[in-house]
Amino acid sequence: MELLSNLQLGFGVALAGTNILYCFIGVLLGTLIGVLPGIGPVATIAMLLPATFVLPPVSALIMLAGIYYGASYGGSTTAILVNLPGEVSSVVTCLDGHQMAKQGHAGKALGVAALGSFFAGTVATLLVAAFAPPLAELALKFGPADYFSLMVLGLLAAVVLAHGSLIKAVAMIILGLLVGLIGTDVNSGVARYNFGLPELIDGVGIGPIAMGVFGFGEIIRNLEHGQKREVVSSRVTGLLPNWEDIKQSTWPTIRGTLLGSFLGILPGGGPILGSFSAYTLEKKLAKDPSRFGKGAIEGVAAPESANNAAAQTSFIPLLTLGIPSNPVMALMIGAMIIHGIQPGPQIMTAKPDLFWGMIASMWVGNFLLVVLNLPLIGMWVKLLSLEYRFLYPAILLFCCIGVYSINNAWMDVLLAAGFGFIGYLFGKLDCEAAPLLLGFVLGPMMEENLRRALLLSRGDPAVFVTRPISATLLVISVILLVIVLLPAIRQKREEAFVEEG
Amino acid sequence: MQRREFLVAGGALAASLSLPARAAYPDRPVRLYIPFPPGGESDIGARLQQGVFKKITGQDMVVESKPGAGGALAWSQLNSMPGDGYSVMGTNLPHLVLQPLEGNVQYKTDDIVNVHFYQYTPDAIIVRNESPFKTYQDLVKGAKEQQDRITFAGSGTNSANHLAHTRLNKLMGAKTTYVPFKGTGDLVASLLGGHVSAAMSYNTLALAQKGKVRVLAVASEKRLALFPDVPTFKELGGDWVDGAYRGCGVPKSTPEDIRKRVSDVFSSINKDPDFRQKMAEGGFELIDVTYDKIPAFLAERKQAYIEAAKLMGLAK
Repeated sequence: MELLSNLQLGFGVALAGTNILYCFIGVLLGTLIGVLPGIGPVATIAMLLPATFVLPPVSALIMLAGIYYGASYGGSTTAILVNLPGEVSSVVTCLDGHQMAKQGHAGKALGVAALGSFFAGTVATLLVAAFAPPLAELALKFGPADYFSLMVLGLLAAVVLAHGSLIKAVAMIILGLLVGLIGTDVNSGVARYNFGLPELIDGVGIGPIAMGVFGFGEIIRNLEHGQKREVVSSRVTGLLPNWEDIKQSTWPTIRGTLLGSFLGILPGGGPILGSFSAYTLEKKLAKDPSRFGKGAIEGVAAPESANNAAAQTSFIPLLTLGIPSNPVMALMIGAMIIHGIQPGPQIMTAKPDLFWGMIASMWVGNFLLVVLNLPLIGMWVKLLSLEYRFLYPAILLFCCIGVYSINNAWMDVLLAAGFGFIGYLFGKLDCEAAPLLLGFVLGPMMEENLRRALLLSRGDPAVFVTRPISATLLVISVILLVIVLLPAIRQKREEAFVEEG
Repeated sequence: MQRREFLVAGGALAASLSLPARAAYPDRPVRLYIPFPPGGESDIGARLQQGVFKKITGQDMVVESKPGAGGALAWSQLNSMPGDGYSVMGTNLPHLVLQPLEGNVQYKTDDIVNVHFYQYTPDAIIVRNESPFKTYQDLVKGAKEQQDRITFAGSGTNSANHLAHTRLNKLMGAKTTYVPFKGTGDLVASLLGGHVSAAMSYNTLALAQKGKVRVLAVASEKRLALFPDVPTFKELGGDWVDGAYRGCGVPKSTPEDIRKRVSDVFSSINKDPDFRQKMAEGGFELIDVTYDKIPAFLAERKQAYIEAAKLMGLAK
């Protein structure tokens, strides 16, 4: 019953007059920057940090956390409406969400995303409250070798993402891996493929690539069609999901939540891996996988819930171990220190009001997000009826501001423009950008962990099969590979059956 | 003769033109560029200085993050900024010495005009609680027996941590393995999970992980107030006082008196009691290397770094 009294303490803090107000400001700002393409939570939190100095630490952290998960919430809106991932984790939502919007079901897609995210947020908050310390211990069991195998699994899953040619998907993943090679090699300190440009010493950022291939590329494609734009059909049926839609999304949401909650705990690519693997899982479980990529509602529900669940559980390593699992969490650590709080394992016992208050505020924030977003759906959809010549210059402008604000670097804007052209070519060639992005994100992590694992084992590759976690992940990878290759085999069998019949 | 006169006249003219601005420095907000991502130690320190800067000068100090290439991106741009005292940039040691030695960067150590060094976080050897190494002596014994099986996590290659590890190997007389990570945040999980034997990092990491980790030795002058039981390397027989030093620099074109003025402001920030307390709680050791003391300080630091860099194969 300790949990109940803890939650009571937490909700007491989170629901206190001013804190609920700051939570609201946080999620409102978060939604806004999530909807605006490119402007991410890191830049926003960094800019707002000085403004929080006057607040008590708990209120400040509640507000900053609200910006973070509010942004992952709002990111899906842009992904669905204009095929622009606000963040990497909403890349997958583009695949089916935008197709739904094109078919006139934008409202449904937004509704399912909002409800799925709320469900995921609720479950993940409870998980954080009940199991944060043991879950954090679990995450620590993952060593470099295990991370490597996890990335292998992730890359194989990326192949399944494609709904067109398998060869093209593999090619895009490899291209992603190659782009990921640009920048300083962690192990030797050598700058690779930077062509002597100091701006490329850290490699290419995910922001310019995602904005470029998805956003800019899409805009150029639409320009080809002249005034007749391809964003959505004028026919908009049903603003909110109906009973049938909800029934269809229930299991995908639950599965997405569980997958996302687990992967979110791991420092590194948590939310990205979560949304990608949730999508892959649904596509594999579906009776008719060919619907995916063409507006399947499960293809929105699962990754959106996974993404939001992971956003909540990524607070576990921060709150229990003081480990930042992504740049936003690193900034939260900075915010804590500036407010005179040492983050780390001792925070739960030393500052129970802060720890439980923040956890409770996550649920309050998720609730506020649903209340805030459901009525807004109608407005978002109306935004799409704006004329092309107003909407797209505005999107381009926000993309440029957003990309610039990530590092305050003009080079990133140029890169985004370059990738925009590449993205346009990919569209012409029927190559999908999602596998490219996954290859780009997972590749460098895979290399880093491979070399680290070998450094630790002093060159002995057996470490990948002797460590239980790593071995298990590799076995799952092999199974997945068989499943991917199986349709070819199955097809032959079916032909045989037809002949028999 | 003529040319010389012209130059003198020009200099005098320039001096007189900028005189009114100098008299009231700062009379508008000062921008402090931090060459690292927000949330890191350099950023935290700058944000804590922000409030005191306003209190002392009456002007705002705007902290702007300009990350890239481990700081090198911003440092190679410093001298193209206006030298009016309103563009100030965070500078770090040993980065400013090591990066040009490594050769990937477009600035030289002597290009950067440092005006003040205000704090440092000492190098520290950190192990997790479950580690068999209870003391520094245990570690030395283990390292001599197991050599490269003993692994040290650190942030970056050819970095401050890497340099410290090289020094440690020399001090212990062992050949342990250095395992580079992308940043200090990245290595914590491997340290706590026991995937590496120890971390070669700073006291701030130990502070953040208090209760889960032990510090075996620290490279400060005297024992740290927050870790009174941890011996210094000096006590353990090494001539080793080092860590990550943080200060600030200005563009080369900044006139001498403004350089001094910037240094004075940061020097008085360091004297603010509230600031001192917050910095101490965060694990930052305050120092006060003012503009006049910079040349001697840099010369001494440089010598130590180049000695260690020779061991790493970075310098000849």
